[in-house]
Amino acid sequence: MTKAPLLEIRNLTVAFDTPSGTVHAVNDVSYSIEEGETLGIVGESGSGKSVHALSMVGLIATPPGRIVRGEVIFNGRNLLALSQRELFDLRGREIGFVFQDPMTSLNPVLTIERQIAEPLRRHFGMSASQARIRVIELLELVGIPDAEQRARQYPHEFSGGMRQRVMIAIGISCNPKLLIADEATTALDVTVQAQILDLVRELKRKIGTTVIWITHDMGVVAGLADTVQVMYGGRIMESGPVRSVFYDPRGAYTWGLLKSLPHGERRGTNRLYQIPGNPPDLTQEPVGDPFAPRNPFATDRCRVETPPLVNAPDSVPGHKVAAWYDLRAEIQRMEGRP
Amino acid sequence: MSDTLSTTAPQAGSPLVSVRGLSKHYGGERRLLGGSAPLLKAVNDVSFEIAPGETLGLVGESGSGKSTTGRILLQLETPTAGNIAFRGQDITGLSKHALKPYRRDMQIIFQDPYASLSPRMQVGEFVGEPFDVHGLSGSRSERQDRVASLFRKVGLDPSFMKRYPHEFSGGQRQRVNIARAIALNPAFIVADEPITALDVSIQAQIVNLFQDLQDELGLTYLFIAHDLSMIRYLCHRVAVMLRGRIVEIGPCEAIFDNPQHAYTRALLSAIPVPDPDIERSRRPLSFDVNANLPSEEAVLRPVGDRHFVLEG
Repeated sequence: MTKAPLLEIRNLTVAFDTPSGTVHAVNDVSYSIEEGETLGIVGESGSGKSVHALSMVGLIATPPGRIVRGEVIFNGRNLLALSQRELFDLRGREIGFVFQDPMTSLNPVLTIERQIAEPLRRHFGMSASQARIRVIELLELVGIPDAEQRARQYPHEFSGGMRQRVMIAIGISCNPKLLIADEATTALDVTVQAQILDLVRELKRKIGTTVIWITHDMGVVAGLADTVQVMYGGRIMESGPVRSVFYDPRGAYTWGLLKSLPHGERRGTNRLYQIPGNPPDLTQEPVGDPFAPRNPFATDRCRVETPPLVNAPDSVPGHKVAAWYDLRAEIQRMEGRP
Repeated sequence: MSDTLSTTAPQAGSPLVSVRGLSKHYGGERRLLGGSAPLLKAVNDVSFEIAPGETLGLVGESGSGKSTTGRILLQLETPTAGNIAFRGQDITGLSKHALKPYRRDMQIIFQDPYASLSPRMQVGEFVGEPFDVHGLSGSRSERQDRVASLFRKVGLDPSFMKRYPHEFSGGQRQRVNIARAIALNPAFIVADEPITALDVSIQAQIVNLFQDLQDELGLTYLFIAHDLSMIRYLCHRVAVMLRGRIVEIGPCEAIFDNPQHAYTRALLSAIPVPDPDIERSRRPLSFDVNANLPSEEAVLRPVGDRHFVLEG
């Protein structure tokens, strides 16, 4: 592929200055995403998965936040060099967002129509009646029945799932090139989540949106993403095509996460594998592999030197891992195989 | 424990907890200017039993009444109708004073491990507080020893006793809550979404802890959750709630391998599995709750060994 990626992040590093010290939230993150690709980013709270996405488009408060270094090249432009005004024009129009909590992201005193129409009027200068037509179209696209009538209602008249559909309608209203969803289905019930995920798959098919789907749920990523990126302690620990990373993980954190989830086991079977220890303290200056203190396979080198994210040996193209240890050899040794 | 309630073993085959026709309604009262507030049946005619040493899973979507059921069981809320028996004794509507001996035996663990801790209390004090409430503190050093032993039981270093909640991670905070819940050697614990707020890498630790404590202390659990894969792993039986009613209840294998109610099937089909090939072929079944609300006359009918489905 010779085409430039839609988004390329280089060495993004973000810190927060807090009373209890500097929080090293994102450390030297680099990756790129092709047009039409769906990238799933998994990680737990404090992994940097949300903060890095927000900081790309100027959505972190500065101070206390601070972009230490890095470049974010989107469609040929470095977003970190743009003015607030330029970012304001870009957000919603070229990059759409869907956040976790639809109740706090929607304004309770404005109708659904007003809220979906706002970016349309702002970015495209649509008149109220032009915007109304597009709003109805969008509500129908995200599967809200009786769209014309529902558009005149307020957020409290919508269920949680319906509100999240409205959030997606706002996110895609201006046909953004990139849609970033941050834990967009986490607050929803599983049956509603299933509907929203179906909707996203359908939108990808219909309008070819490029998607970054940020979540802690490995199951959601397995079903939605083409490529996956696993973050821990503000770093990318492993990335690559979703099948390769899930079936042949090379990072101890990815492996541990997958192993610790029940795979349909019954009660009374083996204990769940548990990753020992606790998440890292981000106020400590990052030294070495952030997962090393919890990694049973960590070597002395892991504790002092940060491993670079490089191609995983004997794996498919694009599968990368940041590890000094050889996970496959370690697992073989652990399971007592030659 | 010298208390007779804690040491009396239940008769063979008799349930530890049994709930009959439990309902909790909100609203419905007459308004000043005529009409009445809308009536919400948060819990509607719910009955089940839990055997000693058993784990019953309670699943359902938000608003299904599963948390309310747990709270009523512990008399943190008063039911509109129905009764709760603990070791065969009806404890419904007992006064605070009459309930106190039962409180030692019935504990609850909540979803948010931080909200349930007291931010300005050292965690050791927090864990030992139930001893004071029940007049079981003994000498200062005795109390200290017992708290230290509780810390070890839940996998916390006793040297952390003097620390404050903000110094702990989410998983450690939940361990502190569990330590307090088991302080008085209870027989029964309601665990209300105890792993939902925890990081994925910590969830397995806490699930294993729940199981270890059950093996060690013979605890009985009502485990409320919406993560069905964890429920399957942890529970002997499962009850599925929908809009305040139990629509299906039965042994774990029956519910997962042979679900009978359309809602149970939809719920099971909607769980994402961390396996790309399975995920790509998974087709979630849809279920329109509003079009399929159980009728007031519906009753649970047996469809298999201890397996019941709401019909009618």
